[in-house]
Amino acid sequence: MGCKKNALAALIGSVCMACAAQVLAEPSAKMLADTCAGCHGTNGQSVGPAIPNLAGMSESYFVDSMKGYKKLEKGATHGEDARPATIMNRIAKGYSDAQIDAMGAYFAAMPVYKANVPHDAAKAKAGAAVYDKACAKCHDEGGSLASDDAGILAGQWLPWLEYSMADFKSGHREMPKKMKKQVDALSDAELTDVLHYFASQK
Amino acid sequence: MAHFTRRKFLQVAGGAVAVSSLGFPAIVGAASKKVVIIGGGVAGATAAKYIRMADSSVDVTVIEPNKQYYTCFLSNEVLSGHRKMESITVTYDGLKGHGVNVVHDTVTDIDAAGKTVKTAGGQSFAYDRCIVAPGVSFKDNIEGYDEAAMQTMPHAWKAGEQTVILRKQLEAMPDGGVVAIAAPPNPFRCPPGPYERACQIGMYLKEHKPKSKVIILDAKEKFSKQGLFTQAFERYYKGIVEWVGADKGGKVTRVDAKTNTIYTGDTAHKVAVANIIPAQQAGAIAIKAGLTDEKGWCPIDGRSFESTIHKGVHVIGDASVAAPLPKSAYAANSEAKVCAAAVVDMLNGREPGDPSLVNTCYSIVGPNDAISVAMVYALKDGKLEKVEGSGGLTPMDSPPEMRARGVQYAESWFENIKNDSWG
Repeated sequence: MGCKKNALAALIGSVCMACAAQVLAEPSAKMLADTCAGCHGTNGQSVGPAIPNLAGMSESYFVDSMKGYKKLEKGATHGEDARPATIMNRIAKGYSDAQIDAMGAYFAAMPVYKANVPHDAAKAKAGAAVYDKACAKCHDEGGSLASDDAGILAGQWLPWLEYSMADFKSGHREMPKKMKKQVDALSDAELTDVLHYFASQK
Repeated sequence: MAHFTRRKFLQVAGGAVAVSSLGFPAIVGAASKKVVIIGGGVAGATAAKYIRMADSSVDVTVIEPNKQYYTCFLSNEVLSGHRKMESITVTYDGLKGHGVNVVHDTVTDIDAAGKTVKTAGGQSFAYDRCIVAPGVSFKDNIEGYDEAAMQTMPHAWKAGEQTVILRKQLEAMPDGGVVAIAAPPNPFRCPPGPYERACQIGMYLKEHKPKSKVIILDAKEKFSKQGLFTQAFERYYKGIVEWVGADKGGKVTRVDAKTNTIYTGDTAHKVAVANIIPAQQAGAIAIKAGLTDEKGWCPIDGRSFESTIHKGVHVIGDASVAAPLPKSAYAANSEAKVCAAAVVDMLNGREPGDPSLVNTCYSIVGPNDAISVAMVYALKDGKLEKVEGSGGLTPMDSPPEMRARGVQYAESWFENIKNDSWG
């Protein structure tokens, strides 16, 4: 019996050597991504009213955003290649580039989440025409395609869309050349309408 | 060995506790995966939800005396009248939807050796892992501040009935009265809370009772987000909010509930409204179960939040010693996820992975002005540490537009953390 006990102990020992091999040197992608959920919602599905959804966002858009936040100096409102932020610049600096890549892949593997965002239906309707004219080329299918690498705008929280546009307009956030050409040609009312259109997309 | 068949090994090993090469106890091929969580606040609720999301074969029971929970966070907005009690009220329906057993009872005993929890209602729950999330209890540091005094000089540091008492007193007080906030010594739940409260009460008084004042009588010489709060007192509440540090005689030593008088040593302050926040320690059950150190808080292992005193018992949220993480809701939510992942790993015979934690905390200091503090934490050489270069405060000179966005983000923070914890 004593002999059997020893054999059992040896066997269990070998089983747990296998466990030891699973120990990660870095927090897992899920562990990292779950730290976002307190503000951005469980599994990146925000219940609003202003913080954006992350679920289904393209990996490169997520990574570019986080790296842009990292470049925003403490106390600055804007900077070269930097994304303006209230708090994300302070948080992004807590993650290595490899960790940001891991989080980006994690959220990108989720289905796109479109929230039920309060919006003005008349403005959204008017915004559909603005969208067709000025935005559809790069923000395909109502801004719901991760493969555009342009952020998920469909079903995105309206205040966040408005803040983003304000940052683009003020020059604190750089627009791609094609976008700047389109945005510059739109009136403030047209821009408002198209943001309501994106928010309304289900 | 020849007689030792594979089937027999599996039978024997089924419930056996083994110690792995790293010294971590693991249940090999565990048939039983019972987790009992004590406390249904942000930490307990988040742990329950995240365990069930990660492994639906784990049997999770939350034991919580109250059928509704009132969030402390954003309860200061109830005091200014900017928020109703309904919006800080959560139920346990969301957890039930995740297949969590919710039992409304009070835990009276944790038997760490026998892995059993007993309740005031006479129930007994066996567990494989127990998670203790009792929040804080009050110390007896202010003479005369007993249960009866709390009814007329509310602490409002556990939201609910206490919040309502304080709000009603603010509404009933005459214009020209003084509201005193006795701020506690470190460490305590929600370090910026007393100062955000001063702003929220100041906001109400400025609009409705402009001859009144708020005086913060502090047991400390400095406090959280001090520069930003001082800026807000100057900007919005000049002549209304005043802070008196311990070195200027701010420390409250005694109260007389009958006359609504607060004493800082020999000086008597007769006030219209007395908000007394006592010194704090871990929740009563953690102390009773012997999970606390000499200072009254629960030491834990930063990887799993397992108690370093009682194996098989984890402590999360305000009751744990998780410094440099503060005793905040976001930290509790983040600690709960680390603990949930570790518990699921341990129940399935895996070593817990490396943790990653965050704190974000907003204080709404004016109608269109919110300030924040944030930090990312990691485990380094077995200890929880701040990630260098991360985090910090809202800049003192951040433009009004960004402060106004902060209010919107604070409200989104609130909706998402409620939903992430109980939803």
